[in-house]
Amino acid sequence: MNASALPIDAILAVVVVWFAIGLAGVAALHSTRLVAYGLFPLSALASLALAGYALAALPGGAQTAILAIGLPGLPFHLRLDALSAFFLAVLGLASAGISIFAGGYFRAGEGTPPGLMCLQYHVFLASMAMVLLADDAYAFMVCWELMALSSFFLVTTNHRIPEIQRAGFLYLLLAHIGAIAILLCFGVLQANTGDYTFANMRAQHLSPFWASAAFLLALFGFGAKAGILPLHVWLPEAHPAAPSPVSALMSGVMLKTAIYGLARVTFDLVHTPIWWWGVVALAVGLATALFGVVFAAAQVDMKRLLAYSSIENIGLIVVAFGLAIVFTAYRMHSLAALAMTAMLYHCLNHAIFKSLLFLGTGSVLHATHERSLGKLGGLMRYMPWVAVTTLAGVIASAGLPPSNGFVSEWLLLQSFLFTGALPNPYLKMLAPVFAAGVALVAALAGYVMVKFFGVIFLGKPREEKLSEARDAGALERLGLAWLTAGCVLLGLFPVAVIEVIDPVPFALVGRGLAQSGHIGDWMMLAPVTAERASYSPLVVLVATLAIVLVAILVVHRVYHGRVRRAPAWGCGFPAGTARMQDTAEGFGQPIRQIFEPFYRMKRELPTAFDSHPRYRVTVEDPLWAWVYLRIAAATDRISRFVGLMQRGRISIYLLYSFITLVTLLFLTQA
Amino acid sequence: MNLEGILAQLTAMVVALVLAPLLVGWVNQCRAWLQNRRAPPLTQQFRTLHKLFCKESVVAYDATALFRLTPYIVFGCMLLACMIIPTLSTNLPLAPAADAIALVGLFALARLFISLAAMDIGTAFGTMGARREMLVGFLAEPAFLMVLFTASLISNSTSLATIVGTLAHRELTILPSLAFAGVAFTMVSLAENARIPVDNPATHLELTMIHEALVLEYSGRHLALMEWAASLKLFAYSCAGLALFFPWGVAEANDRVALAFALPVLVAKLAAGGFALALIETILAKMRIFRVPEFLATAFLLGVLALLVHLLLGA
Repeated sequence: MNASALPIDAILAVVVVWFAIGLAGVAALHSTRLVAYGLFPLSALASLALAGYALAALPGGAQTAILAIGLPGLPFHLRLDALSAFFLAVLGLASAGISIFAGGYFRAGEGTPPGLMCLQYHVFLASMAMVLLADDAYAFMVCWELMALSSFFLVTTNHRIPEIQRAGFLYLLLAHIGAIAILLCFGVLQANTGDYTFANMRAQHLSPFWASAAFLLALFGFGAKAGILPLHVWLPEAHPAAPSPVSALMSGVMLKTAIYGLARVTFDLVHTPIWWWGVVALAVGLATALFGVVFAAAQVDMKRLLAYSSIENIGLIVVAFGLAIVFTAYRMHSLAALAMTAMLYHCLNHAIFKSLLFLGTGSVLHATHERSLGKLGGLMRYMPWVAVTTLAGVIASAGLPPSNGFVSEWLLLQSFLFTGALPNPYLKMLAPVFAAGVALVAALAGYVMVKFFGVIFLGKPREEKLSEARDAGALERLGLAWLTAGCVLLGLFPVAVIEVIDPVPFALVGRGLAQSGHIGDWMMLAPVTAERASYSPLVVLVATLAIVLVAILVVHRVYHGRVRRAPAWGCGFPAGTARMQDTAEGFGQPIRQIFEPFYRMKRELPTAFDSHPRYRVTVEDPLWAWVYLRIAAATDRISRFVGLMQRGRISIYLLYSFITLVTLLFLTQA
Repeated sequence: MNLEGILAQLTAMVVALVLAPLLVGWVNQCRAWLQNRRAPPLTQQFRTLHKLFCKESVVAYDATALFRLTPYIVFGCMLLACMIIPTLSTNLPLAPAADAIALVGLFALARLFISLAAMDIGTAFGTMGARREMLVGFLAEPAFLMVLFTASLISNSTSLATIVGTLAHRELTILPSLAFAGVAFTMVSLAENARIPVDNPATHLELTMIHEALVLEYSGRHLALMEWAASLKLFAYSCAGLALFFPWGVAEANDRVALAFALPVLVAKLAAGGFALALIETILAKMRIFRVPEFLATAFLLGVLALLVHLLLGA
C-alpha cells in the first residue's frame, strides 16, 4: 500500500489505464456506443485523476522510478519533479475536457473506426504523459516517437483524402527532422560519458561552445514540434486535417511537451544559460508570434486560423522563455521567476482556451459540415451553447481582462518593464522593441478573434442549410463547459494559480514568485509590490458587472424597457442579403493590405466583360517557397547527381566494390 | 478601504458621469465657434441622452442577446476606466484593481464587444464598421501601451496612482521621452475617440464613418448608453492624458486642501484640452481610411521612440 501512495506510481497507473482503455477500444472495434459513452468518459476520469496527482506532486520533491521495459540492461528511468508535474497537470486538465467531448464527437463512418481511433487517441495521451516522466534520453526518445506516430495516425483519420495524406506526411517528416536534432542534442549533453540518463547529463559541466550547441539543437528539435518559425509549416496543414478533439489535444497539449523539452534542456540539463540564447529565443519567438498572428488574420478556414493562432501563442511563450533565460544568465532570479511564471501560465492558458476553441469548431463542423468561414455565419442563434462557450475562449485568446489569457500577457508585459535593470546596454535597447512587438501581437490577436467569432457565429447565415444546424450534444457540452470554467477560474484567481505553479520556477531558477512573498493576496495580483503593479480580475469583473446591473435596473426603472423588433436598416438599400456581409477574406483585407510583404498573394480579378465574374485571392506562406521548395529542389539535384553512379550494370557495381576495397586496404596500410 | 476612499471613488464616478457629456458639449461648442456657427448649449448632450432614453429601442429581427447586452457592457467598461484613472485624487480604492496595462485591456474588451455587436445584425455597414474599428484598434492599442510604458519606466510602476504621484512631484522640466510620448498619445486619442482626422463624429456619410457605422443599428436607450459610453471614453482619455502629461492638481491621499481645488483645476484643464481638440478638428481634414494605418504606425513608432529615449537618456 505504501508504494502506491507515491504520486509517480499513481500517474503510471493512469498511463496503464489509458493503454487499457485503448485496447478495450480495439476489442469493441465497431461498437461506437460503448466507445463513446463508456471508454471516453472513463478516460476523462483518468485525466482528472492524473491532474489531481500531478498537482499533489507539484510542491513535493522529485521522485524517481525505474521501469524494466524496453531493451535488456536499458530500463526506462522515470522522474517526477515540479516541471514534469506541472506539464502533467496541464495534460490532465486539458485532456479531461477534450476526452469527454471526444465521447460525443467521434462517430462511425468518418475514416478510422471509433475503436481504433480510441486506441490511437489513448496511446497518444499515454505517450505524452511518458514523455513528461522520462528521465533518460532513451525513454524520452521512444515515447517522443510514439507520440509522433500516434498523432500521425490520428491526423490521418480520414486517410482517403489526398490532402490529408499530404498533411500527415509533412507532419511526420518535420517531426522526424526535429527528433534527429533532439537526439543529437542528447548526444552533446552526455559529453562522451556514454551514459544517457538525465541524471548524468545534469552532472556534466559543458563548455560554453558545447552548451550552446546543445541549446541550439534543442531549439531546433523542439521548435519543429512546437511550430517555431520556419518549422511551423506542418501546423496549418495538420490541424485542419485532424478531427477536432485531436487538433485540440495536439495544439493544446502536444505543443506544450515541446516547450517542456526546451525548458528541461535549458534550465535543468544544461543549467548555465548564456545571455545570447535568450536573445535568440526572443527574436525567434517574436518573429513566430508576429508571423502567426498576421497569417491567422488572412485565413478563411476556421481550423487553419486557429492553427496560426497557436503558432502565435507558441511565439509568445518562447518570448517569455527567452526573457527567463536572459534574466537567469544575469543572475536576476526574481525577474527570471516572473518571466518563467508568465511562460508557464501562458502554457496552461493556451492549453485550455485553444482546446476550447478547437472543440467549438468541431461542434460547428459536425453541425454544418463546413470548415470554410465564408459559408458560415449566424450560428449563435442555432448553437447558443457552443457560441457562448466559444466566446469565452475568444476573449481569453484575445488576451482581454478578466479572462485567463490576459493574466499571462500581463505578467509577460510586466517582466518586460524590468529589462531596464539589465547590465547589457544592447539588450536594454532591444527590450522595448520586443515589448512593442508583443503589444502589437496581442492587439492583432484581438482582430483575429473578432473575425473568427463574428464570421462564424454572428450576422446572418451565409448558406441556407445553416438554419438546420443543431447545438452540441450533452457530452460535447460537458467538455466545452469544463474548459470554459477553466478559462474563467484561471483568469479570476491568478494568485492561487501562481502559488500552485511556484515550485517550478523555484526548482529551475532558484526563486519563486509566491515563495519570495511578492505576489499579493488571493484577490490582488501584485508580483513585486502593490505600488509597482497590481491587477485584480475579480474586482474588475465584479465592478463591471455591478455597473452593468445597476445600469440595466436604473434605465428600466427610471425610463422603460420597451423594445420593438424591426428589419435592419440598410441605409435605404432595400434588398440587403446575407451575401452582403463581409466574408472572411473581406474582414482580413485591411491586414492583408498593411502586411502585404509578409504574404505571397495571388489575385484573380475579373475583367469588365466577364459574364460570370470571379474574384479570388489566395494567400500562401512565403516560407514555403523560400525555404522548403528550395530544400526540395536541392535534394532533387543531389539525388540526381547520386543517380549518375547508379548505372544498373553489375560490372560497374563490381568496380565500385573493387575501388572501395582497394581504398580501404590502402587506408589500413597507411 | 476607508470611508474617505469610498467617498472619493463615488465622487470620481459621479464627476465622470456628469463631466463626460459636458466635455463633449464643450468641444462641440468650441468647434461651432471656431467654424463661425451658432453653438448648441453646453448641456445639449444631456438633452439628447434624455430624449433617447425616453424613446423605445428598435432592435433588428436578427439581433441576438449579445446585441442588446453590449451597450451595457461597453458602458460598464468605460465607467470603470473612468473610475480607475486618477481624476480628482489618487486615493481610489478601485485603482489597484487595474493598472495601466489592464486599462488598455478594458478599452480593448469594450472594443471587442462593440465590434461583435456590430457584426451581429449582419448588415454590410455593421461588418464594415467592425473591421475598421478593429483596424484602428490594433494599431492604436500598442501605441497607447507604449506611451503608458514610458510613463511606467519613469515612475517605476504601472499603477496609475503611482505614475501620477511620481510625475507630479518631478521638477518642472520637459522630459524628452514624455514629449515623444505626448505626441504619440495625442494621435492615439484622436483615433480612439473617432475624431478628425481619423473619423468624423458628425458624419453620417456611410463610406467615411467608423464609429457611426458601429452604432448604426442602435436606437433608444441602447444608443443613449453607447453615446454616453463614447463620451466617457473621451473623458477617460482626456483624464489619462492630463494625468500623464499635466498631473499637477490631482490630490493625493489625505490632502484635503488639494482635494478642494481638484475639481476646479480638473474642469479648467479639461476646458483647455477640449478647446485644443476642437482646434485640431477645425484645422485638419479627415484623411482617407487607408492613410489611417500610416498615421497610427507613426504614433506607434513615436511611442517606441519615447521608450528608447528614456532608456538612452535616462530621462
